[in-house]
Amino acid sequence: MIARLLLRQARRILLTVLLGGLLGATLVRLGPGFGVDERELDSRLSAESLQAIRADGARDSNIASFYFRYLAGLVHGDLGFSRSLNRPVAELLKPRLPLTLISLGYGVLGGVSLGLTLALLTVWHRAPGVDVVPAVLSGLCLATPAAVIALVFLWLGGASRWAIALVVFPHVYRYAKNQLAATSQAPHVMAAQARGLSSWRVLWAHVLTPAAPQLAALAGISVSLAFGASIPIEVICDTPGVGQLAWRAALDRDLPLLVTITVLVALMTMVVNSVADVALRAWRPGTAE
Amino acid sequence: MSRGINPMRTIALAVLAIAMAASLGAGLLARHSYAEQFRDAISAPPSAQFWLGTDELGRDRFARLLYGTRVSLVLAPCAALLSTLIAGLIGGAAGYLGGRWERIVTAGVDLFLSLPWLFLLLAVRALLPLNASPVTSVAITFLLLGCLGWAAPARIIRAGTRTLVNSDYLVQASANGISRWRLFWRHLLPNLRPILLAQFWLSVPLFILSEANLGLLGLGVSEPLPSWGAMLRELENYSAVLKNPWMLAPAVLLVVIVSCLQLLLRTEEGAPC
Repeated sequence: MIARLLLRQARRILLTVLLGGLLGATLVRLGPGFGVDERELDSRLSAESLQAIRADGARDSNIASFYFRYLAGLVHGDLGFSRSLNRPVAELLKPRLPLTLISLGYGVLGGVSLGLTLALLTVWHRAPGVDVVPAVLSGLCLATPAAVIALVFLWLGGASRWAIALVVFPHVYRYAKNQLAATSQAPHVMAAQARGLSSWRVLWAHVLTPAAPQLAALAGISVSLAFGASIPIEVICDTPGVGQLAWRAALDRDLPLLVTITVLVALMTMVVNSVADVALRAWRPGTAE
Repeated sequence: MSRGINPMRTIALAVLAIAMAASLGAGLLARHSYAEQFRDAISAPPSAQFWLGTDELGRDRFARLLYGTRVSLVLAPCAALLSTLIAGLIGGAAGYLGGRWERIVTAGVDLFLSLPWLFLLLAVRALLPLNASPVTSVAITFLLLGCLGWAAPARIIRAGTRTLVNSDYLVQASANGISRWRLFWRHLLPNLRPILLAQFWLSVPLFILSEANLGLLGLGVSEPLPSWGAMLRELENYSAVLKNPWMLAPAVLLVVIVSCLQLLLRTEEGAPC
């Protein structure tokens, strides 16, 4: 069962890489400057050198061979070359990726914890007015662009990772609140309460556990949201991460760099989704996909 | 089902109506053009002549806010309409035809959804000219939002279509020999309308926020045309914002309008405010 699921997830990821790679390669080919090599303008180069540069460029003129070279490069860890920064993409990503991943980790954990805690409080303590503050806070965060949240953190001198948490939090809060509210009103929960089970036991065994699959699905959504938010937040807060690199690549129209980053981010999002899915199935084998 | 009068819904509708009316009547309400520069009144505070002061190029901030509101409030729904149409076409066809088509569309939607929204926007935006004229940049920004925002609605529409296709009345209609086209236009499409409408209204605030993020990153609407995103770039100057808090007006208006749209959506869904 788990092995079949793993196989299916691996197939999905492989398909994403293949399709994403094809999409990326097509974008790179359509992008400005493709097929033009500025080294040809160098008057110091001999005719043989120019011929070699042109032969190298001619290999890319065929879309099939270009795509296979692009994919083969990806498989061997060659993520391409950034024209604007004049460095290999892998070299550019190496110091930035850990920085972004740490920010994302804190941001996602913070956002999910805050969202889940407030959703639980709102659903479990049904006293009037309990949900006003979380509802207003989540509504405010949901209606504010990530870039403006980053600006507020910059003004207040807060760490940018907590700005990511505020972007993730409202989505988690609203979804979790709806899921938990629906589960807490199920007949089996009312029956458990009527039989005198302790609040904690009802909450853990009869509300949280049945809602776990839906809540686990939030992991993938949160990571995707956090990656998206990392661009404006890293740009505004001047954090030298992957988001800032993607923004610089967009401004410089450095498509090889931008496309590689996008495919990598998509891959990471899918891996997180798959891990959440497999972990949940291992924990509760009967869970529907 | 009678929904009754919800005061929050009424307030949200009133705020949106006022904002829309003010932006459409910008030519009457604003005393100056959004691009006119007053070089003797650079970064001026609010006055009878300039209600929200002027920016660092000496342009009337109130006029820019009204025209910027018009750009966002008119074009975000247009982009949402485009994305809903594309989603309806792709998701509806996939759900209706089923089989191989459905599998291909589902794989495509999964791929699109695994790409974080802003990364996708940035990648495709970088492909298009950055030094375009203001009008072209507006068209590019909102067309991009409309063309790329179809995946999430398509997934919902596909699922909705699938449910409808398997419903008893459609099976009955099909068994009665009604042609596929008639079945689609007369029986399926009218029943899909609530889903399409919900997806349309969900997309509007998303596109307004995306334009604001793109604008603040310098990849949105070009100067001198104002948009909320472009106007938010002023906020990067923290010391100026502290001295001139009225510079926050675009951010406040943006949050209020998007909150009103979210509120309307929630009341439509039947959730308490």
